[in-house]
Amino acid sequence: MNEMPSNPLALIAELTHRCPLHCVYCSNPLELQDRNTELSFEDWSRVFQEAAALGVLQADFTGGEPLTRPDILDLIRAARAVGLYVNLITSGLPLDESRLDALVQAGLDHFQLSFQGAREEIAQEISGTKAHSQKLRVLEWLKRHRLAVTLNFVIHRRNIEQLPEMLALAESSSASRVEFANVQYYGWAFANRGSLLPTREQLTQSIDFLKKAQERLAGKIKVEYVVPDYYAKYPKPCMGGWGRKLMLITPNGDALPCHAARIIPGLTFENVKNHSLREIWECSDAFQKFRGEAWMQEPCKTCDRRALDFGGCRCQAFLLASDAAATDPVCSLAPQRSKVDAILNEINFAEAGTAAPSTAPIPAQHLTKPAWLYRPNPS
Amino acid sequence: MSVDLDSRPRLAPGCRMNEKTQQPRTLLMPERALRLNGPSLEIVERCDGKHTVRQIVAELQQLYSKAEPTKVEQDILGYLALLQKERALDFEPAGT
Repeated sequence: MNEMPSNPLALIAELTHRCPLHCVYCSNPLELQDRNTELSFEDWSRVFQEAAALGVLQADFTGGEPLTRPDILDLIRAARAVGLYVNLITSGLPLDESRLDALVQAGLDHFQLSFQGAREEIAQEISGTKAHSQKLRVLEWLKRHRLAVTLNFVIHRRNIEQLPEMLALAESSSASRVEFANVQYYGWAFANRGSLLPTREQLTQSIDFLKKAQERLAGKIKVEYVVPDYYAKYPKPCMGGWGRKLMLITPNGDALPCHAARIIPGLTFENVKNHSLREIWECSDAFQKFRGEAWMQEPCKTCDRRALDFGGCRCQAFLLASDAAATDPVCSLAPQRSKVDAILNEINFAEAGTAAPSTAPIPAQHLTKPAWLYRPNPS
Repeated sequence: MSVDLDSRPRLAPGCRMNEKTQQPRTLLMPERALRLNGPSLEIVERCDGKHTVRQIVAELQQLYSKAEPTKVEQDILGYLALLQKERALDFEPAGT
């Protein structure tokens, strides 16, 4: 018997899968949803009401690119009207100065601008689009507004050396927060993992740099970073625990416990057109499946950390161990940890046949442009 | 980081209280929400860019007159420093 869940705190609203960028680590599923399946404004409006009634405090407007929705201003107003705090997570591309004014007027609380690097060249390689200079323009426009600004840098082997430039960009902007989030390996990023995963040496240097930045900028800019969990000793408490804090609604209205949950075989997802958010949160099979501890195997079942990390990520367990109920293989206590170590060895000791120490220079093959699998734009 | 007694704290851009009709009262901010009650609510409601830190301390010392005044001051300064670290507050410098 599962425990009765507390209420969700955040609603992740994937308003659309359409996006002008083609990022090689996109968190959207490999199977993207088309425009003609997207929820209407009326549907979303009802979802926001139900979310607020359920105790949700924040709505994260994301995508795809949420600004491709022509009704984005109405959506912001509708979420604000029921008391939600509205975050917009955007590439900044379908935006000009007057549209930004309108977003702020509509009640947007927090503007999160995603970056693919500190320079045009790498940003174009990663996103398959020329977008960097537009982002720099958006940063200038943002200075004229009173709203929270976060810069999101997605970090990987190809851009991790640019951290000082990225930080300088944040310091020259009006951002109160900057996130350096290492790529998490699902979907598109999983397919491109061999070219994205940083070396241990890169990671160690970056953590050292970011810790110092955190101290220096305390009280001015909040510096947050997420390490790639393949290198961690213990897994991340994915989504704050399955069905504990967050609910994600896909463009067509399916309710998921996390971005990647669709990859787990045997799960069925309810749609907000057929059920209320409360029904889905409290009763749906998908949200119940890995809630609480009853589903856990050893070593999680009797582990002291099970209430801290909830056994890690179910999707990662499926991707790496072919069993969604297994201990997340990134955990040093996991029976399947050797699979992660093998992946790390490939990255860190890539010189054929030689087990080079991790202090060796980056192998040449990591410096040439990889064969990326780009995310397409759905119709 | 130390808090200047003559500065005037106010909520940073993108940080706001939820509506008065919503319970519990909560400070909403990027990626976080802080549930406020009792003294923490009294403090945040005075972070309006008008009260100086000194005034906030004096008003709460009155409100919580049974508590040790220096303890009240310490607690307030500690809480303001925490909110500053979260980037939930800006401080208008003294004399502006």
